[in-house]
Amino acid sequence: MIDQLLDSSVLIGIAASGIRLATPYLYAAIGETFGQRSGVLNLGVEGIMLMGAFSGFWAVYHTGSLLAGVLIALLAGLLMGLGTAFINVTLKAEQGISGIGIYLFGLGLSDLLFQQSFDSVVTVNGFPRIHVPVLSRIPVLGEIFFQHNLLVYIAFGLVPVAWFVLNRTTLGLKIRAVGQNPQAADAMGISVARVRYFTVILGAMLAAIAGASLSIALLNVFQQNMTAGQGFIAVALVYFGSWRPFGVMAGALLFSTVNALQLWVRTKGIDIPAEYASMAPYLLTILALVLASQRVDQPAALTKPFERGE
Amino acid sequence: MKKRWLVLVLLIIAALTLAACGGEEEATPTPQPTPTVEPTEEPTEEPTPEPTEEATEEPTEEATEEPEAEVTEEAEATEEAPEEAVAARAISLDIPEGETFRVAVVMPSTATDLAFSQSMATALAAIQDAVGEDRFEYAMSENLFVVDDAATALRDYASQGYDLVIAHGSQYGSSLQDIAPDFPDTAFAWGTTVNTFADEGITNVYAYEARSEQGGYVFGVMAAHLTQSNVIGVVGPIETGDAKLYIDGFVAGVKSVNPDIDPIVNYIQSFGDLALAAEAADAMLANGADVLTGTAQMVPGAIQKAKEAGALWFGTQANQTNLAPEIVVANQVYDWTVVLEDIINRVLAGQLGGEAYAITLANDGLRIEYNDAFDLPDEVRQAGEETADAIRSGDIDVMSQIETLLGEPAEASD
Repeated sequence: MIDQLLDSSVLIGIAASGIRLATPYLYAAIGETFGQRSGVLNLGVEGIMLMGAFSGFWAVYHTGSLLAGVLIALLAGLLMGLGTAFINVTLKAEQGISGIGIYLFGLGLSDLLFQQSFDSVVTVNGFPRIHVPVLSRIPVLGEIFFQHNLLVYIAFGLVPVAWFVLNRTTLGLKIRAVGQNPQAADAMGISVARVRYFTVILGAMLAAIAGASLSIALLNVFQQNMTAGQGFIAVALVYFGSWRPFGVMAGALLFSTVNALQLWVRTKGIDIPAEYASMAPYLLTILALVLASQRVDQPAALTKPFERGE
Repeated sequence: MKKRWLVLVLLIIAALTLAACGGEEEATPTPQPTPTVEPTEEPTEEPTPEPTEEATEEPTEEATEEPEAEVTEEAEATEEAPEEAVAARAISLDIPEGETFRVAVVMPSTATDLAFSQSMATALAAIQDAVGEDRFEYAMSENLFVVDDAATALRDYASQGYDLVIAHGSQYGSSLQDIAPDFPDTAFAWGTTVNTFADEGITNVYAYEARSEQGGYVFGVMAAHLTQSNVIGVVGPIETGDAKLYIDGFVAGVKSVNPDIDPIVNYIQSFGDLALAAEAADAMLANGADVLTGTAQMVPGAIQKAKEAGALWFGTQANQTNLAPEIVVANQVYDWTVVLEDIINRVLAGQLGGEAYAITLANDGLRIEYNDAFDLPDEVRQAGEETADAIRSGDIDVMSQIETLLGEPAEASD
């Protein structure tokens, strides 16, 4: 039974599938990390992902250009992010609630636009799989790591970049300061609002790419509510990873690999009730969240709108 | 501070309006050309010689902008299996002169989902095309996967005086059981189910279901003939309803040809997660599967993977050929007009419920639409058509086949 899973081709399949499945989570969660590090919880990621997925798909369908798809998705993310930042930063809305509003807005608008633009489910030619020269020929590792589409590589490339920006640059210092102690940051002459606008918009643009990585790279179709809750899992992964890019990546990989594992378990005909197998990645995430919940690194000002003290 | 609440409320209202519009916008005219209406005139001249055929066929072809492939497909089917066309025949409703029959539908996904909801939307559009917009009107509420929202919509439609209110989703049953008695003068229909609530003393509910295992069985037979690797994969949503029927039928069909093939069946526990469906298909393909099928709204994800790998695909619920013309062999298409026509005529005659319907291969509510762009070997097509004919005539009873070929475990797993 278990030995069926220890076959090398199976392990390669699970690992490669886990990496592909992790990609949208990674974009969305890295983006969300920036927002949360500056003190803004954006629960609307799911809605922004849907808008990104639709607009990227729409652009590729009409122009045939993948670059246009990515750019239009980024634009959609920018607009959604601008709206989110306006509500959360300028109007100081309750972030948990406004996020749900943004989610519903994205869900409804992407569906409406889809129905207006297409008669039915259609497909596009999205990002092809790239076999990285030389590297993809390495046995095992090549198959696992170097036969994915471009957006997968960029997602993983973003992790060290995000780490560097947050921990080694002045901008990162400002972001963290605003998230830990906005009063002090304000006193130091940092514009809290400007930093938060920046992080929220950046997060939204990455969320939009997360959606596009589904609609124009992994699946090449758009369907109403196609993200199926991934945006919410991405928010959980930020907590899971303790607001650190590499922690977030570990969480995304763990979640996706367990998800891939349960698919393979049933493909191999191992008799585990489907319901329990499907639950596994979610249970594991909850468990890890509970166990790893020292919350030492939680930005002190998370979800707290900034009010300049009297 | 009040400002932020105001903005929030506005935002939520905007979101809800948009979501709602998504439904209604599409609902009103939907002039989607549908294959269902095409054969309308054809069967009538079945025995008639050529000249008339030419004349009547032309306007039909002009009226539909659908891919030509489909039109020719229909025509071919009529030649080969005359009785197939009989049921997809002219839709005739006894709507009195000057009156309009009004139907409202509540459905769980969008009318363009290439699956369950679209099949109903297509049927309504076909009826409207056949009898005219002035005689037949319909309204649809889509995406009501939240049962409470659906219940509100059902109640709302009933109180607006629609002649027939359809709850298109098996999950709506308990709501309908509450609502129907409050509107004794309104006819309701509920699917997919066999339960009309007659036992509960409710007389104004019709029931309908799709015997999707029939087409599943036919496809299973064809898949077993087509596979080279003897590995066949099935992506399912949740093990229930017509998805389970279709998949059980498919597996039984495969086993009826080659008992040694044990199709990989994976219920991914989701109707909407395309990424998961794609990875499930990928795992099957990596295991050597060269023929796949699947059912529910998330299958476009799996179809993309099959297309990349060059594996074959059988579609169900709607014609999915356009998603991957290279690899789709055939589709089982649901045509609810057969059921709706009879229900509407009974409602017009004063009967508001109590009947249970099924669309089958025999009554042509289930149609097998081959993909002409796919080069299907003649003997495989013949095997498929012979199986379909045997199911129509009753020589093959798919349900008992499922029982014998899948045995106890299939039943016990539920």
